[in-house]
Amino acid sequence: MRHLLSIDDLSLDQVHVLLDTAKELAHVTSGPNKKLPTLRGKTIVNLFFEDSTRTRLSFEAAAKKLSADVINFTAKGSSVSKGESLKDTAQTIEALGADLMVVRHHASGAPRILANSGWIQSQIVNAGDGTAGHPSQALLDAFTIAKRAHSGSYDFNGLNVAIVGDILHSRVARSNVSLLTKMGASVTLVAPATLMPLGAESWGARISYSLDEVISDSDVVMMLRVQSERMKNSFFPSEREYARDYGLGTSRLPQMKPEAIIMHPGPMNRGLEISGAAADSAASVVLDQVRNGVHMRMSILYTLLGGSLASVSTQSGEGGAK
Amino acid sequence: MIDGAIVDIAVTDGVISSITGARDPKADAASSAHSIDAQHNLLIPGLVDLHTHLRQPGKEGAETVLTGSQAAVLGGFTAVSAMANTSPVADTAGVVEQVARLGREAGLCDVFPIGAVTVGLEGKALAELSAMAQSQAGVRVFSDDGHCVHDPLIMRRALEYVKAFGGVIAQHAQEPRLTEGAQMNEGVVSSRLGLTGWPAAAEEAIIARDILLAQHVQSRLHICHLTTKGGVELVRWAKAQGINVTAEVTPHHLLLTDESANGYDAVFKVNPPLRTNEDVLALRAGLADGTIDIVATDHAPHSSDSKECEWDVAAFGMLGLETALSVVAEAMISTGKMDWATLVTRMSSAPALIGGYTDHGTIAVGSRANLAIIDTEALWEVDRNRQASKSKNTPFHGRTLPVKVMHTIFNGTHVVSNGELTGMKYE
Repeated sequence: MRHLLSIDDLSLDQVHVLLDTAKELAHVTSGPNKKLPTLRGKTIVNLFFEDSTRTRLSFEAAAKKLSADVINFTAKGSSVSKGESLKDTAQTIEALGADLMVVRHHASGAPRILANSGWIQSQIVNAGDGTAGHPSQALLDAFTIAKRAHSGSYDFNGLNVAIVGDILHSRVARSNVSLLTKMGASVTLVAPATLMPLGAESWGARISYSLDEVISDSDVVMMLRVQSERMKNSFFPSEREYARDYGLGTSRLPQMKPEAIIMHPGPMNRGLEISGAAADSAASVVLDQVRNGVHMRMSILYTLLGGSLASVSTQSGEGGAK
Repeated sequence: MIDGAIVDIAVTDGVISSITGARDPKADAASSAHSIDAQHNLLIPGLVDLHTHLRQPGKEGAETVLTGSQAAVLGGFTAVSAMANTSPVADTAGVVEQVARLGREAGLCDVFPIGAVTVGLEGKALAELSAMAQSQAGVRVFSDDGHCVHDPLIMRRALEYVKAFGGVIAQHAQEPRLTEGAQMNEGVVSSRLGLTGWPAAAEEAIIARDILLAQHVQSRLHICHLTTKGGVELVRWAKAQGINVTAEVTPHHLLLTDESANGYDAVFKVNPPLRTNEDVLALRAGLADGTIDIVATDHAPHSSDSKECEWDVAAFGMLGLETALSVVAEAMISTGKMDWATLVTRMSSAPALIGGYTDHGTIAVGSRANLAIIDTEALWEVDRNRQASKSKNTPFHGRTLPVKVMHTIFNGTHVVSNGELTGMKYE
């Protein structure tokens, strides 16, 4: 595995390696020794063309726990019309000595262009591109689901996952549908039709316009952030109407299975897509997602930069990185 | 060879002076100042493009009238139509005359300027269409191409106004509100790639509206670059009603689909966007049965800076002139959908008729010698680094295509020989 660009590029075996590695790294760094020397001498650049403090901090924490050097680069606006081109920026950053670039970009496909264009030789990790994908988020979500809702098993057959909210503009939804269905889960997308992409029926998920029809069968309820500016473009008439039909409000909580979990990639709009009671309930695994995020990103960096699972693990039977 | 028969064609002072049965090639060589032996190739009238972006004035870094003319004749074209979205916009007699003059100076093919419909392509006020028609450029085709004449009242007025001088409005059908931020065909592929969708309905809604307007005011409408199955159906309906509408399709829309966007390579970003395989098949059927009258290249050169970037910010457009004949042959002849005579109609005589280009599209004694000689058996590999165009944004780079243009003759001048520019020009 040279780059991590999209969940679609991963085989199920590769997914399992990443999940196993995250588990081992979490275990190894849970003791007094919180830092591993594995990536000493490697330089990782967080190349962020779009604001995302959380994802950047998560990758930065992951890199530092593996003893890599981290350079943060934040550039707003990268188009040819607004200053430096993507090509020039990437070549400049590589000249600073990057081994791997963690790329966040507002344009769908930008990390893939960097990986395939031949402009640079660095390895690329997609940290979220436009509305296309967010593979590290999906992997950490799968890791969280396995731990919290599925007794550690990676076989998600029989697991019902509802992904609720602004599917149209969500890279998280796309990557999660791809990964969770690959792992065997039954995924249902729930949104008003205006926020459901035309063609989403081809993704391998079911489609529903009613949260109430879906919620009681779901083992996992994943709420997506809804930006209130969508209202201005007539995707929905008012926040109040959206919250009433698609929000995880207090009144909907009793409809959930007792053991079901609530997920959210953050940042949450309390009172819009999720109520305070839901966000703070025992079913909520939102903070677990953040914690697991660091371990999953350690796993990604570790695996891509040539680390071998065997070198940190004394118990796993899995082989090295693929 | 014409229609399977081997003939000799004599050209005197740029005009075809005789067409006779084949004689001894040696005798020809002796009697003629300049002769081409092409008995194993197909002789066709020079191709005519009704939709060409030559970028001059304003974007000479991407293409000039000269380099565009070179690309044209290498592709077998003897006439091109320079679109109006230059800088300054070709919305006055002065600009269209300048473009026509640059075409004459290049001397490789006829360059017919297309005039803008509205001032500055802004869709708000009619440009001086009559002045452009009466200018030395003699403009008859008007288009805001790149932009849609979306205001229905302005479109109605334009259609009416050009009736006075036999003009035609060539519409770029794109409903602007339905295509805000649009990047590619809206459907399964756009939803997966996370690129903003461009619904077929945004194109078809304008086509439907303009067909009704053309019927109402009894004028001539030409639909640029049709891309959807629904659009073909609308034009088919209009023709059945006797409405005076013609339509074009580009070579790339006959061969490529929206799946090309999978790698986010912006060389496949084009306006209107590549559609689905179902649309491609409908376009081929429409071109074969004459619902779609012509092929037009929409040759759209762009500098590498405009294409080597994120898909969202990349420019729309693809090169077309040097690959058009081969791509159409691949889509239509190799698939058995069309014969050579029909292809020649769609790429030469029909566009000449729509544009009013009377010196093109026919091979007859007394007509101008605007001809191409093509090898229908040849295969060649497209190489973006070996094209006459100043730009490299061909979506067919590395692809092996059938049919090679061997010779192009413009007004009797042998401008392309054995697939290479001869350096000669018509003065």
